[in-house]
Amino acid sequence: MKKSWGRRGLASVFLRSQGSQPRPQDFFTLSRLYPTISLINKLVLENLKHRWLRTALSILAISISVTMVLTLVGLSHGVLRDQASRTTRIGADILVRPPGSSLLSFDMAMPAGVLKKVEEQPHVVSASGVLIQGTGLFASITGIDLPSFNRLSGGFRFLSGRAFQKTDDLIIDQFYADQHKLHVGDVVQVANRPWHVCGIVEPGMLARMFVQLSVLQELYSSPNKLSIIYVKLDDHGRTNAEVEAFKAVLKDYQIYSMEEYTSLFTENSVPLLKQFTVVIIALGVLVGFLFVFLSMYTAVLERTREIGILKALGASPMYVLNVLIRETLMLALAGSIVGILLSFATQWVIKTTSPGGLIQAIVPDWWPIATAIALGGSLLGAIYPGFKAARQDAIEALAYD
Amino acid sequence: MTKPPMITARGLEKTYRTGEVAVQALRGVDLEIGEGEFVAIVGPSGSGKSTLFHILGGLTPPSKGAVTIAGTELGSISDSGRTELRKKTVGFVFQKYNLLPTLTARENIEIARDIAGRKGPLPPETEAIIQLLGLSQRMDHKPRAMSGGEQQRVAIARAIVNHPAILLADEPTGNLDTENSTIVLGLLRELNHRFGQTILMITHNPEAAAYADRIVTMRDGRVV
Repeated sequence: MKKSWGRRGLASVFLRSQGSQPRPQDFFTLSRLYPTISLINKLVLENLKHRWLRTALSILAISISVTMVLTLVGLSHGVLRDQASRTTRIGADILVRPPGSSLLSFDMAMPAGVLKKVEEQPHVVSASGVLIQGTGLFASITGIDLPSFNRLSGGFRFLSGRAFQKTDDLIIDQFYADQHKLHVGDVVQVANRPWHVCGIVEPGMLARMFVQLSVLQELYSSPNKLSIIYVKLDDHGRTNAEVEAFKAVLKDYQIYSMEEYTSLFTENSVPLLKQFTVVIIALGVLVGFLFVFLSMYTAVLERTREIGILKALGASPMYVLNVLIRETLMLALAGSIVGILLSFATQWVIKTTSPGGLIQAIVPDWWPIATAIALGGSLLGAIYPGFKAARQDAIEALAYD
Repeated sequence: MTKPPMITARGLEKTYRTGEVAVQALRGVDLEIGEGEFVAIVGPSGSGKSTLFHILGGLTPPSKGAVTIAGTELGSISDSGRTELRKKTVGFVFQKYNLLPTLTARENIEIARDIAGRKGPLPPETEAIIQLLGLSQRMDHKPRAMSGGEQQRVAIARAIVNHPAILLADEPTGNLDTENSTIVLGLLRELNHRFGQTILMITHNPEAAAYADRIVTMRDGRVV
């Protein structure tokens, strides 16, 4: 006589026929041995491994968008922080800038007579004017009056060489020297003329390349012109009061306390930087979207039959969608991790190859943001292929070769 | 008291439309299969066997007529209802095995349980079935490392892992050599004789059909 297993657990019937019953400890032992990774995740991982080239390309594309965002943000943070830090290290209490000048631009200059007026102000211990001239993209050369600058700042710490003696002497900081492999005595071409490196100083103060103020003024046909005047007071606590006093004397000039000036070194203060960042983020989302869209679309086409199998086994549209979404999330997360690692590579490349003014900071605060951007773009890209897969007709899918 | 039939089809019709052309694949099929029966459906190509298979498996709805499987009326249920039917009531064995190529044999069986909402390792009774199917030593292999016969046996194990009321097999030996065909058909018969599994098998092959208790012949969309 047949034993009916119908809907009552066929194998328990089989086990009875074999003279054995499942024991509680069998379940316990098997449960402990069972891998913790869920089967759906295993399916997703195996799918990604199976199409490794497409997986690698998708991860690379997503990582590029993450790196783009992190590099841009790192550059803006790095340049602005570096600028703020080097300005702070001068030790001044007040800065005077020409009327109409912008934060990172030094095109505007003021007459050297302003320095005289500043020095006449009560409570001013020392003041020093500098002229800054751009020498290329993100590179500049700074003319300083070394005696007054030393009085104000305490002077450079020379790692090798000496101060200016000749008109073609150039002082550089260690960062610039390392980047351009320069030593004291080397000749370097800057601003269309040769300079002799006379000294290498500790980095972190004011600029990376210094020449004598009068030489630079003459070179750029800006006699008696200054870009910034740094002022040291006898009492730091009087800074705000003196800023107001300076404003009364130097009408239309931009007068800042050092704290106020360095606080301006944010993305919001640089014209168009915020908009540029938004554009890069939008590009990042677009790149993630396009690559994941193409990747998932081809994945759905390639896996038409497999989707049909899942549906024949009773997988609901949500189950199929779930597989695709998990696959997308894994690609986006892997792409984000690779993108974050690549941002260290771009930092190294920029440090090695770009002018000294360009510094890329690593900004961990932006890692989750860049990851969210990658996830957002990728999930957007997976929506259409995901729904296409979920809606696939099981019979047509199973007939697909 | 007489048990109700496992499958009942009355006046089943199915019309496919390709562009403006209507193709009537089933023209009023009446069929009754009792619980624990092993039935073979035979017939030439285009006779409507596969369409009947798809309707009974909940893969497509009928255009007309009534069909009941294990007490569930298929004509009236929605897409999600047919999904539930495939998940819990029907097990499929296909000619091309249709195993997921990226998963091992064990995982191919487990995923059917996973889809049915049963998590965790295969229960001992399923392990016993795997042993019966002679697959114990092959469970960690992927389909590409298995012979056609082994793949089809995995497909059988997958089809019955959720204890379906009915096992639908579409040309289960169509891609197998004689030796493996004999093994697979023998296993189907074993499952039917030993455990009373209701089986509906579609085949072109009269030798395969001979394993069934009853043979139903179809022609031009009708049972003859």
